[in-house]
Amino acid sequence: MGVMNPILKNRLCKLPAGTVIVGKWHKQAYKIVKPLGNGANGAVYLAESKKGLVAIKVSDSSTTITSEVNVLKRFSKVQGAALGPSLLDMDDWWDQKINRTIPFYVMEYIKGEDFFSFIRKRGKEWLVILVLQLLSALEQLHEEGWVFGDLKPENVLVAGNPPTIRLLDVGGTTLQGRAVKEFTEFYDRGYWGLGSRKADPAYDLFAVAMMMIHACYPTKFERKENGRKQLFTMIQADATLRKYEHVLMKAIDGSYVRAMDMKRELVAAIHHDVPRAGIKQSPSRKQHHKKKRSGMIETAFIVVTLLCMYALYLYGQIL
Amino acid sequence: MRKGTLRQILLITDGCSNHGEDPIAMAALAKEQGITVNVIGVLDQDVMDEHGLREVEGIATAGGGISQVVYAKQLSQTVQMVTRKAMTQTLQGVVNRELKQILGSNISMEDLPPEKRGEVMEIVDELGETVELEVLILIDTSGSMKTKLPTVKEALFDLSLSLNARMGDNLFSVFVFPGKQEDVEKILDWTPKLEALSSVFPKLTSGGLTPTGPALRQAISHFQKKRSLRSLIGRDESYFEESSM
Ligand SMILES: Nc1ncnc2c1ncn2[C@@H]1O[C@H](COP(=O)(O)OP(=O)(O)OP(=O)(O)O)[C@@H](O)[C@H]1O
Ligand SMILES: [Mg+2]
Repeated sequence: MGVMNPILKNRLCKLPAGTVIVGKWHKQAYKIVKPLGNGANGAVYLAESKKGLVAIKVSDSSTTITSEVNVLKRFSKVQGAALGPSLLDMDDWWDQKINRTIPFYVMEYIKGEDFFSFIRKRGKEWLVILVLQLLSALEQLHEEGWVFGDLKPENVLVAGNPPTIRLLDVGGTTLQGRAVKEFTEFYDRGYWGLGSRKADPAYDLFAVAMMMIHACYPTKFERKENGRKQLFTMIQADATLRKYEHVLMKAIDGSYVRAMDMKRELVAAIHHDVPRAGIKQSPSRKQHHKKKRSGMIETAFIVVTLLCMYALYLYGQIL
Repeated sequence: MRKGTLRQILLITDGCSNHGEDPIAMAALAKEQGITVNVIGVLDQDVMDEHGLREVEGIATAGGGISQVVYAKQLSQTVQMVTRKAMTQTLQGVVNRELKQILGSNISMEDLPPEKRGEVMEIVDELGETVELEVLILIDTSGSMKTKLPTVKEALFDLSLSLNARMGDNLFSVFVFPGKQEDVEKILDWTPKLEALSSVFPKLTSGGLTPTGPALRQAISHFQKKRSLRSLIGRDESYFEESSM
């Protein structure tokens, strides 16, 4: 874990099985079964509750917990299953052993395998299929005005039958236009010298390209002088990646404005279909744009109205 | 809530001070003046000695900031993370104080029921995105740090990348200690462009003394100078420094 008091860190990462966590506000009890993982901001455990198996995230920081819960709440309002685990509870636990309050939240336990293990086990043909699913999930998220941020294989689980991707760890999830809250260097376009850390859809799409490259080059590599050239050379040297060279380079250069565009061109590449360019496409595109603009005015109006109502609501709540 | 300015000193060092005032006292002084002091201890391979570790933690605690000890390799990730976390922490303090004023009691976000915290957090997030930030970076260039300086430079570029992605404005200034003639030397005056550093940084020479305390003192007064200049040209004063953090 990162910036954290060492005693607390030790405790949070090593909660023994059988520990019972009881929330001070909602009085729900959770019995730790085993650790699921830990990272920069806390630790996640599998736990038993009245409602069955759940995942519970503990942290030293109420700020972290509250931010992530905010995002999960928003996600629950978005239709579609692939976005984050559903939120079940949020509370504080008084830990007698270290005499401290530990904030936590409880979410749906997603029984699945991480992205890379799944591909290693089931075969490389799954890579591009899972990426297509991922792009659909991202499209939804982007449509709602968010950017996932900390997109990496560890945060993508493959669950269920048929295998479906689920996004985990909303710690990096950021409103578009703001600075990305949390990221991992290797998947960050800023680290590669290929763009800013301002949250826009292309930020996530860069990470998707990096996930594909990393899937084909399992050993982690470091950035060299010219990041773009290095990645290009690697793409060309790998048979799988070469097939998607055009799409990958566009994602790396930040040329896709929408996840859907990347998805469409990836599908085309799978079928050896070179994306059509020129005269044929431009008229239909123009029309699409016009439609979109009037739609945008409507949307803007709705957003402004909602914002006003929300501001009034907030004002009332704080008073 | 009004918009204001956050002031931070980011100290990057690899060991103990051995010259001049107690750096912990200087950090406490900074805090009193509304400046947060964050410290990053840089390691080679081995662990930092007990004394150095205690000083790093002591300075950050007294300065109301965050400390973190890392290997040079992790410097970039750490510098931007520590800076952001410290911002959030300070803003949280500001918002908590506002809450106390509104609710008239001794209430902070943690005392609110979980359902209510989300809204407070949104305000903190919003402030973190839009607030003006002034960061003075103080780099230890004494003997043992020499090999780490290229990594430090890289980490600072990375920091500016992260901070410049915010909507709010940033100002950076860079000091090194010990300086060529004096305890501390300014190598970059207040500027929104930390990249301007590239031309000056490689020329550094490393010496034997580590005057961390005096360096902190000078850093504080550099904020002061800036402020008096500001009031001269009649720009907004900052708000967050009024009360101690
Ligand atoms: N709902 C869940 N169901 C199953 N496993 C989970 C769930 N949430 C988290 N995990 C597991 O726990 C790990 C750590 O969770 P998470 O990424 O949220 O923690 P973190 O502290 O934010 O880590 P980092 O930011 O470094 O990725 C995940 O990579 C995943 O393996
Ligand atoms: Mg996280």
